[in-house]
Amino acid sequence: MSKPKVGLYWCAACGGCEEAVVDLAEGILDVVAAVDIVFWPVALDFKRSDVEALADGELAVCFINGAIRSSEQCEMVELLRRKAQAVIAFGSCAQLGGIPGLANVTNRRSVMDEAYKNVPSLEKGNTVEPITESTVPEGKLELPTLWETVKTLDQVIDVDYYLPGCPPPVELIKNALQAILTGQLPPKGTVLAPDIALCEHCDRRESKPDKLSVKEFKRAHLTQIDPKECLLAQGLLCLGPVTRDGCGTPCIKANMPCTGCLGPTSHVQDYGAKALSAIASTAGSNDEKEMETILGGIVDPVGTFYRYSLPASLLHRRYQPTVEGGK
Amino acid sequence: MSENTQKSDSFEPRIVAFFCNWCTYTAADLAGTARMTYAPNVRVVRIMCSGRLDPQFILAALRDGADGVLIGGCHPGDCHYQEGNYKALRRFILLKRMLASLGIEEGRVRLEWIAASEGEKVQRVINEMTETVRRLGPLRLEQRQMIPAEAHGSAHAAAAHGGNV
Ligand code: SF4
Ligand code: SF4
Ligand code: FES
Repeated sequence: MSKPKVGLYWCAACGGCEEAVVDLAEGILDVVAAVDIVFWPVALDFKRSDVEALADGELAVCFINGAIRSSEQCEMVELLRRKAQAVIAFGSCAQLGGIPGLANVTNRRSVMDEAYKNVPSLEKGNTVEPITESTVPEGKLELPTLWETVKTLDQVIDVDYYLPGCPPPVELIKNALQAILTGQLPPKGTVLAPDIALCEHCDRRESKPDKLSVKEFKRAHLTQIDPKECLLAQGLLCLGPVTRDGCGTPCIKANMPCTGCLGPTSHVQDYGAKALSAIASTAGSNDEKEMETILGGIVDPVGTFYRYSLPASLLHRRYQPTVEGGK
Repeated sequence: MSENTQKSDSFEPRIVAFFCNWCTYTAADLAGTARMTYAPNVRVVRIMCSGRLDPQFILAALRDGADGVLIGGCHPGDCHYQEGNYKALRRFILLKRMLASLGIEEGRVRLEWIAASEGEKVQRVINEMTETVRRLGPLRLEQRQMIPAEAHGSAHAAAAHGGNV
């Protein structure tokens, strides 16, 4: 029997998800023994034409990481969707929009200006930016278009499963591969990780009080952090209470608060709103002014609570206020 | 001027109100039985306590066509469950800042403490809020401009994929 064919692809991502696959270490040899990798641009020299040459559904599974924010990425994932029986959104960016999804607080024009006009490393006066179409003596040249709004993979194509995390923890990748190879996958749409909150398996759980009362929210880089006590109880913005378990809490073990990369459990629709709700409730005062002062310690609510999930949120992005409302 | 800033006389704001069972909902009932008239723009959802109001409900309402959201609870100290309205207030304070950063105008989400006996406060708040939202115009997120307004360039690829949403 021939081995199942597998593809891996990246869109708007940092490359960390690719690194996570490499982090399987010897495990990757088992994978290679069990499947045929027929497309993996970061590691193997296959071209788009190789994918086009596959029959529809010929790939048993395709892992796609990264958010979708350009016409090219969109075309590629539509192509891969046709060729694959199962598509797995791999990592926070594909699942929820991820860090690139924070571009949804601004727009295409500002992103282009920042990259091609304002960055200090640019040669002075050089404001050349890529245009999507240009005519040269040999004919017309085209470049992909950058979208106004960054999207999650499932806002563009149908997705079968999700591997959460920035990047997905090796254990979860191994379990997912095991499930695929043995045909023991859960129902379509499942996030392939435990469906409980991170706090459940946190070493500091015992020191997390039932009723948290935070008098001051602190920023990690300005704080001497106790290595044993619950981080939220210390006033650090630890999002463990609203984040999915499954990473083994590496951040907390490194004495840093959880920023929520594994995303929400299945009971939550909008991660940022839920995180905001959980954190705000801990502000330790019943006096409105004092609440404002305490919560004022959270300097960037959008960046804090939607760090990995703005495109997947109910509002998806930032909008232009109406003339009357804009100040 | 784009569509979303136009305020034709025909625009009737749609406001979703989440009223707590013990105070504000009772007050709205009272306003009803006392035959007080107020703007018919509010759809009231009864919740047991303002502390039960998940911020997700507010975002979902705005996403799904509400032009504004009104939250009503018992006065501080009067919550049937003691602490619920303090929780609601903490969330509201932070949510207001987050919504402002996402370009949702301030007047669209409002929190008021209204006791069971304050029927006329229900009337006043609903009338005020309807006027505020009428002035702000329809929310219509899917038709809104990105921020800051796009100067030039092609957005056709984005448009092909559901535009700006
Ligand atoms: S809030 Fe953070 S530090 Fe505290 S128990 Fe939960 S995950 Fe651990
Ligand atoms: S602790 Fe939080 S941020 Fe760190 S890996 Fe786990 S889910 Fe991600
Ligand atoms: S019961 Fe009215 S606010 Fe809690």
